[in-house]
Amino acid sequence: MHSTILLGTRKGLIAYTNNNGRWHVENFSFEGQPVSIAYADPRDGTWWACLDHGHWGVKLHRSTDRGAQWTEVPSPAYPEGEEVKDGVPAATRYIWSMAHGGTQQRSRLWLGTDPGGLFVSTNGGDSFQLVESLWHHPSRKTNWMGGGRDQPGIHSIVVDPRDEDHIHIGISCAGVFESTDAGQSWQVRNNGLKAEFLPDPDTNIGHDPHILVAAPTNPDILWQQNHCGIFRSTDGAQTWQDVSQPEGPARFGFAIAVADDDPNQAWVAPADSDMVRTAIKGALCICRTDDGGKSWKEYRKGLPQQNCFDIVYRHALAVSGDALVFGTTTGNLFYSPDRGESWQPLNNYLPMIYSVQFAE
Amino acid sequence: MPTVKFTYALRRFFPTLRDTPASGRTLKEVLTEMDQVYPGVKTYLIDEQGRLRQHVNIFIDGTIIKDRTLLSDPFPETGEIYIMQALSGG
Repeated sequence: MHSTILLGTRKGLIAYTNNNGRWHVENFSFEGQPVSIAYADPRDGTWWACLDHGHWGVKLHRSTDRGAQWTEVPSPAYPEGEEVKDGVPAATRYIWSMAHGGTQQRSRLWLGTDPGGLFVSTNGGDSFQLVESLWHHPSRKTNWMGGGRDQPGIHSIVVDPRDEDHIHIGISCAGVFESTDAGQSWQVRNNGLKAEFLPDPDTNIGHDPHILVAAPTNPDILWQQNHCGIFRSTDGAQTWQDVSQPEGPARFGFAIAVADDDPNQAWVAPADSDMVRTAIKGALCICRTDDGGKSWKEYRKGLPQQNCFDIVYRHALAVSGDALVFGTTTGNLFYSPDRGESWQPLNNYLPMIYSVQFAE
Repeated sequence: MPTVKFTYALRRFFPTLRDTPASGRTLKEVLTEMDQVYPGVKTYLIDEQGRLRQHVNIFIDGTIIKDRTLLSDPFPETGEIYIMQALSGG
């Protein structure tokens, strides 16, 4: 199990370390500043903080000494003249995802942004360039739209460990796109998804995958918590199957996590429908499937069961071996040592939690 | 020669900020000049397309500028250019 938990919150970055079975705060950085993503690169232990200054724009910082000192690096910037739509200039509004490029591509890093640009670094994050092939995809200006944010955004970047030029990304709202050539070209992978909010739910582009993940032990098995349910693919995203509970609770939500050692075991953090977006009936639960989504079981032990409004954002649920952790919109951090069957609060009264990651 | 003044809120990121004389003839030139004195400060004030960030304001001799896109507002030779943040958020 990893011994560090990294949080990105509305008021800063918080790192917890486990010593002798107890979690304590090791580092608190960027006090008062929104951290959209706190990310530890497992290849070299570098910590990254994606900042969303309300006034001063999006900034990117990194630390090579576990947050003791931070250095600002140039944040991803759209080339001069680029537009989100005709007449709407493109500027980075939010960094919504970060992923390393793999152990063979040690200097490669990916960033997903609002308003819809994917950025890549080939020098360890010293600088980032817009991935032009995706930005100029013929569907972008006409078929992509805001979802969760006002403009389209890339919140998921999944790198295949068997072939690091093979990546899937999740875009709200557009759907899942796949590249097999390190981002030079893209294919749409939304077959089987439903977009019930559109006039044509079976549209090719316009889906809202809230988060996309792949099973570490079999990257051809992908899962997504979608706006319109939970979907699973067993063929590398060529086709998707709805594995939601028709009447819930495992249906609407934002986060999903897959077991390190079992592609059929996954967890979701259900929320009431998109019209409500609170804990269902004031009670928090985590649902787990052990059979690839055929059935789901609710786990509530240790979680608040009344007067609770917490939901879990898309990057705020993480797994490491038997351990799970999730952070909520109302600043509660819960930990499970037994694959989600029981929970204990690690910290209450935190700021709104945007991202949670296990790290070394 | 106009003087550029900065909101105290920016000193968190640029601790050496102080009232600074500028020789540029346009606001764009002045911001570029300030970026040479305080490397990186320009990206805190304008986005990559050159527009003033949504929650940043610039006052010239007490009057808020009109052109937030091209930053074309003129200023007198001895004017005061005041850069501040909007009081928003929570």
